[in-house]
Amino acid sequence: MKKATGRVFRYGDNVDTDVIIPARYLNSSDPAELAAHCMEDIDRDFIKKVRPGDIIVADKNFGCGSSREHAPIAIKAAGVSCVIAETFARIFYRNAINIGMPIIECPEAAKGIEEGDEVEVDFDTGVITNKTKGTQFQGQAFPPFMQKIIAAGGLVNYINGK
Amino acid sequence: MGMTMTQKILAAHAGLDHVEAGQLIEADLDLVLGNDITSPVAIKEMEKMKVEGVFDREKIALVPDHFVPNKDIKSAEHCKCVREFARKNGITNYFEVGQMGIEHALLPEKGLTVAGDVVIGADSHTCTYGALGAFSTGVGSTDMAAGMATGKAWFKVPSAIRFYLVGKPSQWVSGKDVILHIIGMIGVDGALYKSMEFVGEGVANLSMDDRFTIANMAIEAGGKNGIFPVDERAIAYMKEHSDRPFTVYEADEDAIYDEEYTIDLSTLRPTVAFPHLPENTKTIDEIGQDIAIDQVVIGSCTNGRIGDMRVAAEILKGRHVAEGVRCIVIPATQQVYLEAMQEGLLKTFIEAGAVVSTPTCGPCLGGYMGVLAEGERCVSTTNRNFVGRMGHVKSEIYLASPAVAAASAVAGKIAGPCPAEKRLS
Repeated sequence: MKKATGRVFRYGDNVDTDVIIPARYLNSSDPAELAAHCMEDIDRDFIKKVRPGDIIVADKNFGCGSSREHAPIAIKAAGVSCVIAETFARIFYRNAINIGMPIIECPEAAKGIEEGDEVEVDFDTGVITNKTKGTQFQGQAFPPFMQKIIAAGGLVNYINGK
Repeated sequence: MGMTMTQKILAAHAGLDHVEAGQLIEADLDLVLGNDITSPVAIKEMEKMKVEGVFDREKIALVPDHFVPNKDIKSAEHCKCVREFARKNGITNYFEVGQMGIEHALLPEKGLTVAGDVVIGADSHTCTYGALGAFSTGVGSTDMAAGMATGKAWFKVPSAIRFYLVGKPSQWVSGKDVILHIIGMIGVDGALYKSMEFVGEGVANLSMDDRFTIANMAIEAGGKNGIFPVDERAIAYMKEHSDRPFTVYEADEDAIYDEEYTIDLSTLRPTVAFPHLPENTKTIDEIGQDIAIDQVVIGSCTNGRIGDMRVAAEILKGRHVAEGVRCIVIPATQQVYLEAMQEGLLKTFIEAGAVVSTPTCGPCLGGYMGVLAEGERCVSTTNRNFVGRMGHVKSEIYLASPAVAAASAVAGKIAGPCPAEKRLS
């Protein structure tokens, strides 16, 4: 896999899928349309400010709530290259892996990264570097089974390849 | 080392004698579920797979329930996509408007889920069927697509938290109060990735509707699933609703639990979750100040069953919804609607000044049929009170039981259900 580098958007605990993509927009499943409303109810300016490659960093239980795959789809389509969190809600975690949206759990990184920091994530090693502060963190690498799904580009390709 | 009830079901479906927490397995699925929001994405993903069609046309349930009857053109297109897929693949369990209900109330009622099953659904509240002793869990659309194509899903075997229930709840305390109490105690990520196994002699004092409500909200504590032992009441329910054979699994005596809690149901009080998280709970006695409300919603996959309708009607009978409050009652299925009509409950609701809607998830997720304006407050029997969940980002949702919701509708403010306690002026 590759590396991701970008500026950080920083959020707190329990960022739920209703604020990641409010249900009033779920009458669409078009990634670009969903991305246009990504994070709208928690950060109205997110979509105006986000640039390709940027990174979201959050605390506990990111992606809790609804099973809508529209949530990681919206984040991915908004150009976000990786989400780093202390923990992820389990359905969001599955969905992100299944659609090939890189995520990484790392409580230390979540504590040591602030809004606007420049961060690099190496997906092969799980190493997260805060270039602004000159610090490094070891994120949890995926188990081999999940690495196979991610390497295939998501669950659909993984099944097609079997 | 012994296995939990959940681990035993997963082991059997993975063709293994033994599994342990953390192990990655591939399990055979008894049912794959989707709704009108998640299925179109799954159908699109499935079309990319090199497969002939679905793995078993009788083991897929498609239930348009979120935005039906179609709320707008885009929703209509989604429903059309699901309908055409169901026709093309000969899906036997497709439920059109007129037969549909809110998925997690409908499937057990139709006998499609029984003890010992492994069920995935592209809806987070799929964990509801644990009330019958099944392993069921919410997934996303791509997992649903893979499930429809292959009849299998990958799982990380969960560890478990055991909740030992004792005692009998008092008259106005329901399954909703039990689960809100638990979420308040362990937090919205208190059971993250884990099974919530409910056991103990107190289970016998919970109706099946109570158990569905409790299992339904396991996800609000971050749980992978919630599950109950299969007792006589659960068996009677399955025999009444299903022709399918069921398998009873029991946890080993030496099963390992990460945490164990004992909950005396007789000490619980009507409980309300304040904005904006289900863990922000207070008992009705702890509320103190008056909290005026604009709307009440009684329904949803959490609390739209006939038992819920009966409790709400008992409180609304001979009373009237307070001036300035909109009270929206939504029976979860056509069958619940019909029974509520035959029992005269709908008459009670209408005479009390409530509106009664066809089954829909609508207001729970701010879709339609009860969207909140800026600054409005709603007491709701639904399952989430996140920011903007039911409408404007500056609206507020208070989660409660049907009894508290109905009492609040009458009082015009958050109120407990028992006149002797506090409220119903």
